[in-house]
Amino acid sequence: MDKHYLAERMEKFDKLISSVVPLAGENIDTDQIIPARFLKATTREGFGENLFRDWRYDDKGEKVKDFPLNNKKYTGKILLAGKNFGCGSSREHAAWAIFDYGFRVVVSSYFADIFKNNALNNGLLPVQVSETFSETLFRSIEDKPGMEVEVDLKAQLIKLPGMSISEPFEINPFKKHCLLTGKDDFEFLLDHLESIREFEKNSIYTLETY
Amino acid sequence: MDKTLFDKVWEQHVVCEINDGPSVLYIDRHFIHEVTSPQAFTGLNEKGLQVFRPKQTIATADHNVPTYDQHLPIKNALSRKQVSVLTENCKTYGIELYGLGHPYQGIVHVIGPELGITQPGMTIVCGDSHTSTHGAFGNIAFGIGTSEVQHVLATQTLLQFKPKTMRINVEGDLQNGVMAKDLILYIISKIGMGGATGYFVEYSGQAIRNLSMESRMTVCNMSIEMGARGGMIAPDEVTFEYLKNREFAPRGKAWGKMISYWNTLHTDVDAVFDRKLTFHAEDIAPMITFGTNPGMGMCIDEMVPSPEHKLNGETYSFDKSISYMNIDSGTMLLGKKVNYVFIGSCTNGRIEDLRQVARVVKGRKKAPNITALIVPGSRQVEAMARKEGIDKILEAAGFELRQPGCSACLAMNEDKIPKGEYCVSTSNRNFEGRQGPGSRTLLASPLTAAATAIKGYIADVREII
Repeated sequence: MDKHYLAERMEKFDKLISSVVPLAGENIDTDQIIPARFLKATTREGFGENLFRDWRYDDKGEKVKDFPLNNKKYTGKILLAGKNFGCGSSREHAAWAIFDYGFRVVVSSYFADIFKNNALNNGLLPVQVSETFSETLFRSIEDKPGMEVEVDLKAQLIKLPGMSISEPFEINPFKKHCLLTGKDDFEFLLDHLESIREFEKNSIYTLETY
Repeated sequence: MDKTLFDKVWEQHVVCEINDGPSVLYIDRHFIHEVTSPQAFTGLNEKGLQVFRPKQTIATADHNVPTYDQHLPIKNALSRKQVSVLTENCKTYGIELYGLGHPYQGIVHVIGPELGITQPGMTIVCGDSHTSTHGAFGNIAFGIGTSEVQHVLATQTLLQFKPKTMRINVEGDLQNGVMAKDLILYIISKIGMGGATGYFVEYSGQAIRNLSMESRMTVCNMSIEMGARGGMIAPDEVTFEYLKNREFAPRGKAWGKMISYWNTLHTDVDAVFDRKLTFHAEDIAPMITFGTNPGMGMCIDEMVPSPEHKLNGETYSFDKSISYMNIDSGTMLLGKKVNYVFIGSCTNGRIEDLRQVARVVKGRKKAPNITALIVPGSRQVEAMARKEGIDKILEAAGFELRQPGCSACLAMNEDKIPKGEYCVSTSNRNFEGRQGPGSRTLLASPLTAAATAIKGYIADVREII
């Protein structure tokens, strides 16, 4: 097995300073992030094109002008979204689409569990902030579109550099290590095959003795 | 120390724990389908890896298949390719595939239980959030992403953080015309679509105990719609009776041995949950949703609430949602004309659901304005329906029984609801565009859907049966 390749599979994440694309509204589900009709691909690439498809484009395929991703005021690698982002379907295509579009961080006051896992498995950092901080961010960006925000994974801190406003965020130490080094769960699990085999000796539902 | 059912099953499956990190959790059964598995196999292939325990993964084609003429090649080129890639992968890696045309084919969460693959005390995963369905047998069953599908294929394990536990107790008896679907829609409407995020739910209480296995599956199926990682119900005689003599259920001596084990799978008296909720079955009426998330539900004879009544200050979403639905606060949905009805999905596509539908439509006629899609959850469900004459009852009323698949639940195939149209649907999600771009979904039980199909407008089934 080529360890070098595995280690390089996930993009490393350390620190990011970027402007922000704000997307208001709670409970943005993965069907909105990437509608089911675009899940017919058999590869991981190219989903960014259809990110938020039905909010970004009207039924004639024209861009919806006031949708934040189409608004030239808003650019950057950080997506700021309302509470309970990524709920619904487990489709990892949602994380792929956000990443493929160019985002590296999603900020929300609340993430759905499966989406959070999927994001972390793809080098997309979910930053969970307080509702107050989220509101401050939304307001600040509305006032000053193009304003940069700094996300520092090592320090677990998100800050608005010019305004001396910051908030620490939680991330599990193991997941943090994965993102900082670009390693993922997969490599870790492959290193445990021996203990998995050992476990199977007493496992009720393992189908065969291997 | 007293333990919860969840703790018992979890502890049984921990291979090892990482300090300050997740656990390596052993996975007993893994279901795969055509939509969320191809990239996982590509990942294995790129690294020259094999499937670690091919016999513990079971495949079917369901999400992206047509519901008519399944004996012919799939018309849509991309869908055809996805299904053929699944077939090739299963062949290459030695995985059992119940593909189109196979008598066991169907929606993953319908076929696992009906084949007896799903058994109490297991860990079960699938690249589909409704994997929570299998929790009805007392399992830790949950949906995963494609990277995790790859992890399971290669190692039969996943790295998982232990969720918090919640017990939802439902006391009393359900009223006539009220189904398990109404029960779960009611719970979700009370705690909201993010209300159980971070938790694994155990359902208990008299109303749950009195449910059939298929109804329990409906309840557990929608656990994810309140954000829960999964939902489970302790196995009992109802569970054992359902499993007995199913294709892959234990037999002979093994059966007795397993029953002894399964009988230990319950929450001990003094076990501690992180959160406990109690509801009363008598408070539950037939439910319907009015918005664009499953938490936006109400009793069918209530008025659409105003945003101030909603929890969590979700005004922005609420306004956007009812504007998308073109439904006003303070109005009744009862009597509202709808042109589409969908009966099926992993939530309500089992034989019991079709029997309930037949009970309503027997001797009646479909309303002329209604286009109805009635899609069995599996080939076995379809066969049973035909054997019992349900297909004839449906035909006499002007309906047609389609072939199995996920169909209009997520509208990946041709089964779409047109833009702007309302659909009373027995599926699990009413998200914007879920049943086709611009479609408007109203979630309800099979009884309510059938009553609506007969009347041509949203109807209270209690007035019919």
